[in-house]
Amino acid sequence: MTLVRRHFDALIIGAGGAGLNAALQLANANLRVAVVSKVFPTRSHTVAAQGGVNAALANVLPDNWHWHMFDTVKGSDYLGDQDAIEFMCREAIPTVYELEHNGVPFSRLDNGRIYQRAFGGQSQNFGGAQAARTCAAADRTGHAILHTLYQQNIRARTHFFDEYFAVDLIADDEGAILGALVLEIETGEPLLIESKTTLLATGGCGQVFRTTSNAHINTGDGMAMALRAGVPLMDMEFFQFHPTGIAGKGMLITEGVRGEGGYLVNKDGERFMERYAPNAKDLASRDVVSRAIVTEVKEGRGCGPEGDHVMLKVDHLGEEIVSKRLPGIRESSQIFAGVDPVVEPIPVFPTAHYVMGGIPTNRYGRVVVPVQHGPEEVIPGLYAAGECACVSVHGANRLGGNSLLDILVFGRAAGQDIIEFLKENPNHRPMDEAAVEKVMSRLTRWEEKGEGISVQDLRAEFRKVMEDHAGVFRTDEIMAEGVEKVKEIREKLKDLRLQDQSSVFNTARVEALELENLVDIGMSIVLSALNRQESRGAHSRPDYPDRDDKNWMKHSLYFYEEDRVEYKPVRTKPLFVETFPPKERVY
Amino acid sequence: MSVPSSNTLPSIEKLRWQCRRGMLELDYALSDFLEQQYPNLAEEEQALFVRLLDFEDQLLLDWLMGNVVPSDDWLRDLVERIARRS
Repeated sequence: MTLVRRHFDALIIGAGGAGLNAALQLANANLRVAVVSKVFPTRSHTVAAQGGVNAALANVLPDNWHWHMFDTVKGSDYLGDQDAIEFMCREAIPTVYELEHNGVPFSRLDNGRIYQRAFGGQSQNFGGAQAARTCAAADRTGHAILHTLYQQNIRARTHFFDEYFAVDLIADDEGAILGALVLEIETGEPLLIESKTTLLATGGCGQVFRTTSNAHINTGDGMAMALRAGVPLMDMEFFQFHPTGIAGKGMLITEGVRGEGGYLVNKDGERFMERYAPNAKDLASRDVVSRAIVTEVKEGRGCGPEGDHVMLKVDHLGEEIVSKRLPGIRESSQIFAGVDPVVEPIPVFPTAHYVMGGIPTNRYGRVVVPVQHGPEEVIPGLYAAGECACVSVHGANRLGGNSLLDILVFGRAAGQDIIEFLKENPNHRPMDEAAVEKVMSRLTRWEEKGEGISVQDLRAEFRKVMEDHAGVFRTDEIMAEGVEKVKEIREKLKDLRLQDQSSVFNTARVEALELENLVDIGMSIVLSALNRQESRGAHSRPDYPDRDDKNWMKHSLYFYEEDRVEYKPVRTKPLFVETFPPKERVY
Repeated sequence: MSVPSSNTLPSIEKLRWQCRRGMLELDYALSDFLEQQYPNLAEEEQALFVRLLDFEDQLLLDWLMGNVVPSDDWLRDLVERIARRS
């Protein structure tokens, strides 16, 4: 069978905010751009971002990009690269105006300017009074941005491959990226997209954990493709968890519930946070609350038949307060947990929300890896942007309002850099047919018949292992055991078999490919977390409770080959301003 | 938007993929309904569910959470049934 081939100037894998903003720059420059998305583009996870985009427009209170930069560096627990953070905070302003001009319906002030709301972690004058920096389109900013960018791309004649699954990158002997092999989900037919440049923009990987707020599509496909192409993943131990997701499913129950007087209880009805944080109790920091919940479960005081969650009580607040001050919580609990919080407690467990780590890039979106000459050599033709990438602007923890900003600024920057790259590299490099063959084998492997393990069973086992061994409770012993268990699961991948061998809409095959991706990424998380012997940002360890700037102010780089972890320095020198030296983080 | 006739209804495999959405809430609500309820529906009702899947995620979430009430009776009824089955 002949493999069908298509040729483009730029191939974008993923159709969320980063991918679509990059594609728009390219299509507007009259380049041939293909966007591959495994779901219809406006069903990308960007649609779920409700909060908003940070930019120091100073429309409501005095503000300055430099203050935004300070807050971001501090929020990153000094692990963020200060040149990238300076770039992002400066570029935030033109990026938001460009979105406005493209038609994003931002909420407005009476004077017609973009409304900006205050969020935690935002300050004026380098740690002073509260700032108001977040631009929003009501409570549906992600939806507004995604739809606007999609429509603009349609206008600009971007070529969309909807419901195509990207299998792997094609690299030549010199490591240059030549495009990707993709699979049309409807027909099961492979397609080779040859492209002068490729941008990975596939979003996060929350599905590695059993309980996550991420949609089912967030399986980290681009990250795993990068790993298999020899690119390391950076800072994967930094994963943001929310203490209260609906148990067994993961939808967020806002922290506002505890702010309004809701509290956590174990199976004995004990308000256990009083033991872990006698003063702050249920309002203690996220990692303290998350770890307390897991400790209760581990020590046999969890609720439910499996004893695998705790309860969040709000019934004492009364129906009026629950309905008025906590809109959506009642509906969410009724629909997804089957309980009415006005009369019954909500079953909750910490839920994985956002990965700070990802594919290492520079501030132009170019993927950089350590080679002979230094820690950051560019891979020709390969870019990454959005949650799948690590620039790194979030370092060890991300501020609210900076994730949409990250995807938009660096999607745009990558698009603009690809335009320049294509001026200097106007021709396709010759296709490496041996590399195509190798990648094709990842598809044909699923034609093996016979008895084997089911994808569903192994996925459930894997996600539980990740939750138990690389979740919020991280000690040497727990994570070392996790590494061994993920290794065992990786071996079991070879025994997976598909019962359904059909071609048309064989979603079982896609789910099998996704599981391979998840397991590859899982190892990067647990191993990087095991090796980092300190607590910093979202990576919190009771056996190493302090931040250790002397030994650990460096980025982790996990390599698929030999499960190797290396390190590279944090870029503490900004572009034009003075360095913000590390300080203890106090809010 | 026309309602698909029953003899052109997509396969269950195709619908399973259409239930993959940008929000976890919709993933669960739509997939659970598809697996548990859809096979038992009359063909005309199945066609309505197929039509529902074409709406955008934010609107589906607003309906599901009761932030917005659909104006059409058939949509209101279907959304209520989906919310109850999750």
